Amino acid sequence: MLDARDIVFRAGGNVLLDRVSAAFEPARLHLIIGANGAGKSTFVRVLSRLLRPDEGRVTYGGADAAHWSERDLARHRAVLSQAFEVAFPIPVRELVMMGRYPHFRGRPRAADDQVVNEVMQFFDVTDMAERSYGTLSGGERQRVNFARVLAQIWQPLDGASRYLFLDEPLTFLDIRHQIDFMKKVKAFATQPDVVVVGVVHDLNLAARFADRLLVIHHGRVLADGPTAEVLTREYLERAFQVTPVLLTNPASGDVLLAFE
Amino acid sequence: MTSRVTSRDADRVTLLVLLAIMVVVTAASIRFGAIDFSFRDMLEAASGTLAGRADLTLDQRIFMQLRVPRAILCLLVGACLGVGGTLMQALFRNPIVEPGLVGTSSGAAFGAALFYVFGALLKVDLGAWTLPLAACGGGVLSTYLVFALAQTKHGARSSIMLLLLTGLAINALFMSGIGFLSYVARDPQARSIIYWNLGTMSGADWWSVTVVGICTIGGVFAALLYAKPLNALMIGEEEAIALGVNVRRLKWIVLTINVIMVAVATAFTGVISFVGLIVPHILRIIRGPDNRFLITGSALLGGTLLSVADLIARVSLRPAELPIGIVTSVVGVPVFLSLLRRREYLF
Repeated sequence: MLDARDIVFRAGGNVLLDRVSAAFEPARLHLIIGANGAGKSTFVRVLSRLLRPDEGRVTYGGADAAHWSERDLARHRAVLSQAFEVAFPIPVRELVMMGRYPHFRGRPRAADDQVVNEVMQFFDVTDMAERSYGTLSGGERQRVNFARVLAQIWQPLDGASRYLFLDEPLTFLDIRHQIDFMKKVKAFATQPDVVVVGVVHDLNLAARFADRLLVIHHGRVLADGPTAEVLTREYLERAFQVTPVLLTNPASGDVLLAFE
Repeated sequence: MTSRVTSRDADRVTLLVLLAIMVVVTAASIRFGAIDFSFRDMLEAASGTLAGRADLTLDQRIFMQLRVPRAILCLLVGACLGVGGTLMQALFRNPIVEPGLVGTSSGAAFGAALFYVFGALLKVDLGAWTLPLAACGGGVLSTYLVFALAQTKHGARSSIMLLLLTGLAINALFMSGIGFLSYVARDPQARSIIYWNLGTMSGADWWSVTVVGICTIGGVFAALLYAKPLNALMIGEEEAIALGVNVRRLKWIVLTINVIMVAVATAFTGVISFVGLIVPHILRIIRGPDNRFLITGSALLGGTLLSVADLIARVSLRPAELPIGIVTSVVGVPVFLSLLRRREYLF
C-alpha cells in the first residue's frame, strides 16, 4: 500500500502539485494520465522520493518514506524513466548489474548474478550482454533499462512490499515493444506484494492495461478510479481539451478512443 | 556466470601488468639522469644508507637524497593526478574533465605566484615550506570559492552543472590573476612563476615524499570506497538516486578527496597538465569504465606516465632539465589523439 496525502510541490514560484492525495494498492496496475505540464511526472517523482514535497507526506506500507535511508528505499523501490545517454561506454550486463547495487557491498554475490541472468532473459537482452549501451537502439536501451530497474526489486525482501514507478517509459518504443512492455509490467504487477504506479501518454494503452486510472489536471486530481469509470467523455474533455469518441475494441472489448 | 569471473580476472591481470611496468620504469628512473648509476652503485647506496654508514660518497648521497625521493614523488604525484582525473570525470559524467576543473590547480598556481612576487615582503618565513603552503592555500581557497558559489537549494541535477561552469569561471579569474602577477613581476620572479606553471620535480626530498605519500595513499583508499556509487552516477544523477546513492553527499566527499590529492601534489611540483585527463581514458580503452578498476589502475598508470615524463625531462638535455609539464603535453597529446581515433572508443 502506497499512500500520498495532501502533496504540495512548488518550483520557481509555480505550484506544480496542489494538495494531491491518492492511494495505490498492490497487485493492481495504476496509471496516471493528464496533459503535458499537468504534474504527472512531478507526482511520480514525489511518490518515488526522487523529489521531496514542500507539504504533505508519502507513506510506504504505513512506514513514513521520509525516514528510510536511500539504500533501504532502493532495495524496495525502483524507478524507470525515459532512456538516457551515458558519458562512457558501459557493457549492457554491467549496466543491468547496477540494479543490484543496493543489495551488495564490494563485488556481486552469486545471487545477484542469478537475478541479473533472470531479468535479462525476461527482457530478451541476454544476447546483448557484452555490447556497449551506447551502440544500442532506443528501444533496446529501454529494454536494458527495464531489466536493470526490475533487477532492483526482482525478489521479495524482508516481507516488505515492492514498489515500481514508471515515468513515461514507452518513449522510443515501437508499437510491438510498447505492447510487449505493458504486458510484462502487467504480469509483474499481479504479484500480491508489488505496487506499480506509472505515467503513460498513450490513452489507448492506458485503457487496455490499467486497472485504475488517476487523472491529473493543473496539479490537482481530476478523477481517480477503475479505468472504465475514469475514461469518460467529460473527464477527457476537461483534462486534454479534445473531444473523444469512445468506441469498443472489437478484439478485447476494452474502451477504444478516437478523437474528433 | 563465467563472463563475470573472466572480467574480474582480466582486471586483476591488467593491474598486475601495470604494476610490473611501473616497477621497470621506476628502476630506469632511478638509474638514469644527469649521472647514470649502475645497479651495484644503487644497491651500495641503499644498503649504506639503511645501515646508517657515514662514509657514503657524494654520488651515493645524491642518489639517496635526490634521485630516489624524486622517483617516488613522481609516482605519488602521478597517482594523485590520475586518480583525481578519474574521480572528476566520473563525478561530472564528462570525459573532457580534468582534476583542475574545480579551480584547484589554478588557485594553487596563483598562490605560488603570489609567493614569488610578494613573498619577500611577508614577515613570516617558513623556509622551504612557504611555497607549498602558499600553493596549497591557494588551491583550497579557490576550490572552496567554487563550492560556495555553486551552492543551490535545488536538486543535485542543477548543482553539478552549476559547479562545472563556476569552476570554469573561477579558473579564468585565477589565470588572469597569475597573468597580472607575471606582468608586474620583475624578471627573476616572472621566470620563477613561468617555471612553476610548467611543473618541476626538482624540489623532491624525503619530506615532500612523506606528505604527498600520506595524501596519496589515503586518497586512493578513500576513493575506492566510493567506486560503486560513482559507477551508478555514470547512468545519471536521478538514476543514481533511485539506486540508493546519496548524490549530494557523494559529490562533497569525492570533491574533497580530489582537492586534497591535487592541491598537495600541485603544491610540491607546480602545475602538471594532461596526466589527469589522459590516464583514465587510456584505462577505459583497455578495460572499460568500471571505477573499481579505474581508481587503482589510474594510480599505477599515472605514476608510471609521470615517471617516464620525468625521465625524458632529465635525460633529453643533460645535464640541463626540461620542465616536466612540457614533456607531459608533448608526449601525451600525440598518444592521446591516436588512442581517440580508435573506433571502438566511440560512444
